[in-house]
Order: sequence, then C-alpha cells, then structure tokens
Amino acid sequence: MMTFLTNLVSGISLGSVYAIIALGYTMVYGIAKMLNFAHGDVIMVGAYISFCTTSYLALPAWVSVIFAIVVCTALGVVIEGLAYKPLRQAGSLAVLITAIGVSYFLQNAAQLIWTSNTKVFTSVVGSGSIKLFNGQLTITVAALVTVAACIIIMVALTLFTTTTKMGKAMRACSEDKGAAQLMGINVNRTISMTFAIGSALAAIAGVLLCSSYNTLIPTTGAMPGIKAFTAAVFGGIGSIPGALLGGILLGIIEVFTNSYLSSELSLAIVFGVLIVVLLVRPSGLLGKYVPEKV
Amino acid sequence: MSKLKNMKQTTKTSIFTYALVIAAYLVIQALLGRGMLSRSTQGQLVPICCYIVMALSLNLVVGVSGELSLGHAGFMSVGAFSGAVAAVSLEGMVGSPALRLAIAMVAGAALAAVAGVIVGVPALRLQGDYLAIVTLAFGQIIVNILQCVYAGVDGGGLHFNFLDPELHMTNGTPIISGPKGTVSVTKISSFTAGFVLVLISLFVILNLVNSRSGRAIMAVRDNRIAAESVGINVTKYRLMAFVTAAALAGAAGALYGLNYSSVAPVKFDYNQSILVLVFVVLGGLGNMWGSIIAAAFLTILPEAMRGFEDYRMLVYAIVLILVMLATNNDNLKALLGRLIPRRKGAADNG
Repeated sequence: MMTFLTNLVSGISLGSVYAIIALGYTMVYGIAKMLNFAHGDVIMVGAYISFCTTSYLALPAWVSVIFAIVVCTALGVVIEGLAYKPLRQAGSLAVLITAIGVSYFLQNAAQLIWTSNTKVFTSVVGSGSIKLFNGQLTITVAALVTVAACIIIMVALTLFTTTTKMGKAMRACSEDKGAAQLMGINVNRTISMTFAIGSALAAIAGVLLCSSYNTLIPTTGAMPGIKAFTAAVFGGIGSIPGALLGGILLGIIEVFTNSYLSSELSLAIVFGVLIVVLLVRPSGLLGKYVPEKV
Repeated sequence: MSKLKNMKQTTKTSIFTYALVIAAYLVIQALLGRGMLSRSTQGQLVPICCYIVMALSLNLVVGVSGELSLGHAGFMSVGAFSGAVAAVSLEGMVGSPALRLAIAMVAGAALAAVAGVIVGVPALRLQGDYLAIVTLAFGQIIVNILQCVYAGVDGGGLHFNFLDPELHMTNGTPIISGPKGTVSVTKISSFTAGFVLVLISLFVILNLVNSRSGRAIMAVRDNRIAAESVGINVTKYRLMAFVTAAALAGAAGALYGLNYSSVAPVKFDYNQSILVLVFVVLGGLGNMWGSIIAAAFLTILPEAMRGFEDYRMLVYAIVLILVMLATNNDNLKALLGRLIPRRKGAADNG
C-alpha cells in the first residue's frame, strides 16, 4: 500500500512537470498550429541559466528561477521573431523543419557553452522531505513544490485566458485568425505573447525537472519535451485542462509501469497507451472533435 | 530529337533521376579507382546510399501520399536487426557475401513491411499532426522493444529471448544483445550494393508514382473526400504507400546494419527519423532527385566541416534554418520566378 502511495506521489509530481511543459506546447499549437520541437530545448536552457546563477554567481535560488524565466521568455520571443514569424504563410512542414533546426541550434550552442559534461543541479527548493505514516511514506519538498507550481500555473492560465483582454485575443486567434484580425486583434503580437508565456513555463518546468533529477546535460530537455508533447496530444492538443490531465496521467502511467511492469519497456508502454487513446478518441481525451466538412 | 521533345514530363524527370544516380556512381567509382577519396569519405559512401533510400521512401509517404511520418527510422531498425540475424545465421551456409547481403536486405525489407502493416493499419486511421505523433510513438516503441531483444545462433539454430540476456547456447555466436544492439557482425555492405539498392528503390517508387495506384495515392493526398467520392479506397492506397516505404526503409536498414560491426537500437530513435525528414523537406516534397541530392549533401556536410569540429553542428543548424527561411521568402521566390521564365511541370508548383 505504501509503495503504491509513494509511486502515486512521484507519478503525480513527474506528471506535473509534463503538464507544465505540455501547457507550453498546447498553447503554441492552439494558436500558431505548429509543433514547436524546440520547446524541449528551451527547458534545458532554463535549467542551465538557473544552474549558472546559483553556482557561478552564488545568488539565491529564487533569483535564479526568476532569471531563468526572464531569459527563456526573451529567448522564446526572439526565436519566434527570427525563425517562425517569416514563415507565417508557409506550409506547416516548413515551420516544423525550422523548429527542428532551432532545436539543433539550441542543443549545440548549449554544448559549446556548457560542454557535454553532466552538471550536478542542486535542487532550488532544497533536498528536504516530509515523512508521513511513521516514516513509511516520504514526500520530497521538490515533489510538493512541483505539484503546487503546476496547480498555480493552471489556475493562473485559466484565469488569464478567460478574463483578460490578451487571453481572449489568444482564444480568438486559435479559433479563427482571419476573423480575429478583422475584429482588430493584433495577431502577430498575440502569437509572440503566446511564445513568451510558453517559454516562461518551459523555464519553470526546466528548473523543477532538474530539481527532481539533479543532473543536467545539453539534451536534458529532448525526451521530456517529446513526452510532454505526447501528453498534450493525449489530453487533446489545444486544450489547457487537457494538457494537465494528459501530463498527470502520463506521469502516473510512466512511474507505475516502471515499478510494477518493466523498467526496460516503460517507454513502449507509455507510447502504447497514447496510441490506444488516440485510436479510440482521435482528438484526445478532452479535445474538441471537429468533423471534416466538404 | 523530336522523340525527346514529345516525351511526357514525368518520363523526362525519371530518366534524369536515373541518369543522375548512375553518373554519380560512375564518377565515384572512377575517383575510388584513382585513390582520390579520403578514408572518411569512403566510409560515408554506404551510409549515404542508406540515407538516400530512406529519404526516397519517406518522400513516398510525406511527399506523394501526404502523410507526415515521424517514425520512419523504426522500420530502418527492424530491417537492420533482422538483416543482421539473417546474415550472421547464414554465414556457414551461404558462402558469397554479396548473396548473403542480398538475402539480408530481402529479409529486412520483408520484416519491415510486416511492421509497416502492423503500424499502418491503426495509425492511418488518423490524419495530420495526430498521425505524426502516433508514428513517432510507434517508432519509439519499435526501438524500445528492440532494446529488449537478445538473439544468437549456434549449431542447434537460432535462439531468441525477450528481456532475458541468457540464451542457453552451446558455442554459439550472439547476434543481438539488448541495448547494445547488434554485436560481432561481419561487415559485408558495399558501395555497389548500396548503388543497386538506390536504383531498385527509384524503380519501385517512380513506377508506383506514375502508375494508376500512384495517381490514386496523390488524389487521396490532394483531397481525401473527393477521392473517396469517386470510388478510391482511401485506406488501401494510403497503406500501399506506407508499407512500400517501410519495406524500402527495411532494406536500407539491413544495408546500414551490415556496414558496422555493432549498431545500437538508440541509433534509430526519433532523431534519426527527423534527420531523414529534413532531407525530404529540403529536397522538395514529392521530388525524388531532390531527395537524393539533399540526402547525399547533408550526410557529407558535417564530415566536410571537420575543420570546424566544435562548430559544425551549430553551422548545420543555422544552414537548415536559413535554407528554410530563404526557400519560403516571397521576395526571393518572385526574383527566382523572374529569372526562370516558366517551368513546364505544373505539378512542381505545389
């Protein structure tokens, strides 16, 4: 029973990180209709920035997190402006390849700057833990903070997209860009804003991810990025609650297959579940089904 | 001369493509004969052939059939591993390495085709980005499963195990060793074999594309509902393109696997699939000779930039982004349009 609870807690914590990354994917996809393959690498950049501020500049952890968010937000906007904006009218494949190019660029630039040696990332929230049930159940502070951060981000994003002017503009753009433009919405600025928010989320996810795993290499972001992307599709891409649900479910499935079924095959099982879900519900768990019209 | 003029555009393009490949082969053979190629370039020849076949077959899926597939390397890995098993287990029986390589490639193609059917039947129910993510997932699943396979051969025949490294062999040779991939494989791939495989792939793909089935596949790509309404069996034709591509990727994988003494399954993860997709998109969707040139050029490029060492992958990334930006720039397109008066093939404008 206790192992079950321990697994559940670590599953939810891992899932929360996936959910935060998936939110970035899903928002960008919802508006720009592009698979931003470079998103995973923005996570890595965020983690490196936080790592540098704490270990080289010896600044407190919370400063490093803010610094990482600022740098990643700027990075996201710059990437969007330089690489994606000129391709607004181009086909989706051209944008996809450009995103892959950006992803290669970030990984290799990180390798040049920070070398490919593994960096030991000290958790930004300390290594403390809470013991429950006479010490049978241990929950790390990192896990608690991750889940809390995920919930706060979810609530904030939901409020943002439903109440603020910019949030409404985003939803309008994702519905119909042409009509949004006719209503006086600056589509380009809205898309830049989406990238900024997505990248800020990526920075937070990067710091949280590395706080749980404590290692950092230039390809740290790639696999979580891919998994979070599948989580976004799993929950229904373009849907904010879908990203949360998909992320958490994916995290739980991953941790449970790791400990109960087979650690070697966990990736196959995670992706297998995704395929089954998509075959049964082609638009994801919470995605809107849009029938094709002639 | 008038005969050449009256030829259809597609026939001309096909002849040009075959001529390109044969000329390239002859030039490289001549250079090899005079010892004018460095060792590292020589080592690249077989991988280049493999990547050309990968790009051609993926172009059939992405360019001709219009489905974005991100798991093409998965079929390559199936081919590489089944090819290695076939080649090593036949070592005693079939003396000629060339024949053994041919059998290995056929085996790789057959098993990859089976994998193509298994993946394609469920995956092709989806479209667009969902199809892309499901193929990516399938590609990762294939690689993950291969990481758990152990195989070996001894006097009693082939031994297979899943998840358990102990094969219970007597004096046997291990062939596949879980995450390590293929082990102790005799390298039997040759540049000529690669050239033949490229020609066969071209023959298969160009004939398929220019046939009745090929036109049906393109009709499905251009408008699925319209194609369905004139009686085209959409699933059948999508699957036909997908499985053909998977089989060719399997053959390329067998050639690739037998070019190295050891290849790990991780080599075939989504990064490899994406690399091939880059070749296809840069070469031009549906443009076969474009795929050939892009695959060859981009495989040599990192090698040619050895002088830059640390910066080469960075330069590669920047080149990739700039090429995508330049080819989609309206001003540049207009300029090129004025320089090149009018292209005959209206199909190229897609």
